[in-house]
Amino acid sequence: MNKRPFLKAIGTAVLLASPLSALRAQTKPIVVGSTLSLTGPLAGTALMHKISGEIFIEQLNKRGGLQGRKVEWLLKDDQSKPDLARTLYEQLITGDKVDLLMGPYATANTLSAMGVAQRNNKVLVSNSFGIPSLAKYDMHFPGYVMGADPGTTVPNTLVDAILAGGATPKSVAVVTSKFPSVVFLSTGAREVFKKRGLREALWLEWEFGNKEFGPIASRLKEANADFLWIGTIGPESLQLLEAMHKIDYRPKIHFHVYPTPGPLAQSPLAANALTLTTFEQHAPFTNNPAYAEVIKTYNERAAKANLPDTVFELQAANAYTGWQILEAGVKGANSLDDRKIADWLKANRADTIIGRIRFDGPNNYGDDFNRIKQLQSGKWVVIHPKDMALPGAKMAL
Amino acid sequence: MPSANLILQALASGVFLGALYGLIGLGLGLGWGLLRQINLAHFAWVFLSAYSTYELKTRLGVDPLVCLLLLVPLFGLLGTCMQALLARFAITPFNSLLATFGMTVSVESILQLIWSADFRRMNSHYDELKFRLGGVVVTASEAITVLLAVLSAFAVWWMLYRTDAGKAIRASAEDAPMATAFGINASRLSLLLAGACAALAACAGVCVALTFTLAPSQIYAWVGVVFAVVMMGRLASAWAPLLAGLLIGVSESMTMALTAPTWAPLVSFTLLIAILLFRKSDA
Repeated sequence: MNKRPFLKAIGTAVLLASPLSALRAQTKPIVVGSTLSLTGPLAGTALMHKISGEIFIEQLNKRGGLQGRKVEWLLKDDQSKPDLARTLYEQLITGDKVDLLMGPYATANTLSAMGVAQRNNKVLVSNSFGIPSLAKYDMHFPGYVMGADPGTTVPNTLVDAILAGGATPKSVAVVTSKFPSVVFLSTGAREVFKKRGLREALWLEWEFGNKEFGPIASRLKEANADFLWIGTIGPESLQLLEAMHKIDYRPKIHFHVYPTPGPLAQSPLAANALTLTTFEQHAPFTNNPAYAEVIKTYNERAAKANLPDTVFELQAANAYTGWQILEAGVKGANSLDDRKIADWLKANRADTIIGRIRFDGPNNYGDDFNRIKQLQSGKWVVIHPKDMALPGAKMAL
Repeated sequence: MPSANLILQALASGVFLGALYGLIGLGLGLGWGLLRQINLAHFAWVFLSAYSTYELKTRLGVDPLVCLLLLVPLFGLLGTCMQALLARFAITPFNSLLATFGMTVSVESILQLIWSADFRRMNSHYDELKFRLGGVVVTASEAITVLLAVLSAFAVWWMLYRTDAGKAIRASAEDAPMATAFGINASRLSLLLAGACAALAACAGVCVALTFTLAPSQIYAWVGVVFAVVMMGRLASAWAPLLAGLLIGVSESMTMALTAPTWAPLVSFTLLIAILLFRKSDA
């Protein structure tokens, strides 16, 4: 009998079980896998998430990584396609065998990734999921901290901001893109506005990707409501403002759901525009000196990446928050076990750049961290709630 | 009840949008009808021209109309080179679809590399220059687009029907062997025609930059409706794309002004189907 294969097997087994091998496993980097829309229609915003995530990983590794191991980010391009995101998350888990997952950008892609994470019992921290009622997976944790019912809380916060700003609108026009996370908020807003005594002067929907805003602007001019809710995402806000400007119509108070902040800030037509944010690059958000380096590095890299808006705000902050949630979960659970991480997060709060957040509400959502900001003299400033507003800032009418 | 002003303003918006559809469709239809090429890269040229206009205006302060003088010949040359390349590999009409789609993806990536995927908007004084007819407002940017669309259609008609080169191009498209027998150099004419199509794309690109927010991925947003314009009009026609564009643009605008804006694409594509069915029964 040839004893060689037998001895070889014994030798391998001994080697594998040796402290040296255990050490090697311990020093192997922890790999976090995710996709982002590096190309396609969502790429403009996803690039902000990429820069923010890279800064987080660098700083985390400077602090010693996780469990004494370096952290690597395995990032793939989902091309802004939810179906591709699903495939890539399968690949990350089964092929690349990543240790942890981070969410992609945008609601539809996150939903795709969530399904895969659920099938494989992996924790998924998202950073831009816009419809909390659809986040049914119990190991999904949101980095965009918008509460369990933003369809009610966001419009209520907005009305509070407007009233606190000294305006008393009697009528509202609600116009919206049919982009899922946007139309969901707009539909909720209609109900809130009715309850708060605002007369609905106009309600219109259009398909996402619409190019022609002239007739919509004309109808808004005819309706001439005191307050305009614009359910837009990306460049649609600017397109609608331009169409209104063309026919010499300037809305009195105008709120935009998810506009691209950079181009809007550069346009004089968007003066006094209101929108949502969870973080803005001014006091009191920047009062914590621990984040000064993060913000400074982000500004530099965003400029280098040729982003029109280099300010660290909503998107960058939500992305950073997502990574902080993951770090808090691993450190809190002192484990890479997904179930232990999820259990810890549900039972504890995580300290993040946008504040101290909890996950003990419906679908792991806690409080709504959305604030109202306004474009004043070409800069976004938070005006509501008062404790988070730029000191001295008031709503401009 | 919608006011007369709302309807007239929507009509004006529709005419402008339709003219732009027609202008983009003009170059595409010419190449399709006369070169037998379904040139998807036409949309890429439009956006390359739009971004070039944006860059020239934003960085160097060049007036968009002056950009036309620079970009039209430059894109003419680009189109000629592309045609030479396609001819070199004897690409079939179906394969031209694939090859030009590949070019479109490449151009999209280049645009993204240079200008990033974020949205860009060119500000120009033409936006502020407005004409008022009663309560209807038309900006200079829109008027320029309509004017360029009409002038381009006229120029193409004149070239095709009033010049020897145009007659030769039509003859070659109708019966290439017979045209060759009469001494027509089809390959040289195809270079000329491809250049003209790309020049028209450059012209349309300037109009897009004047009035729309730019993003590399927006290239594809125009494909469906412009194809509808080309199919609704007749291939290789000078005026039909403009007329079809106006029909679609106005029907979309009126639908948005009078009913739910979400129905606008439905109305224009229903129109396309109806016209195609009518044509079939007519034949």
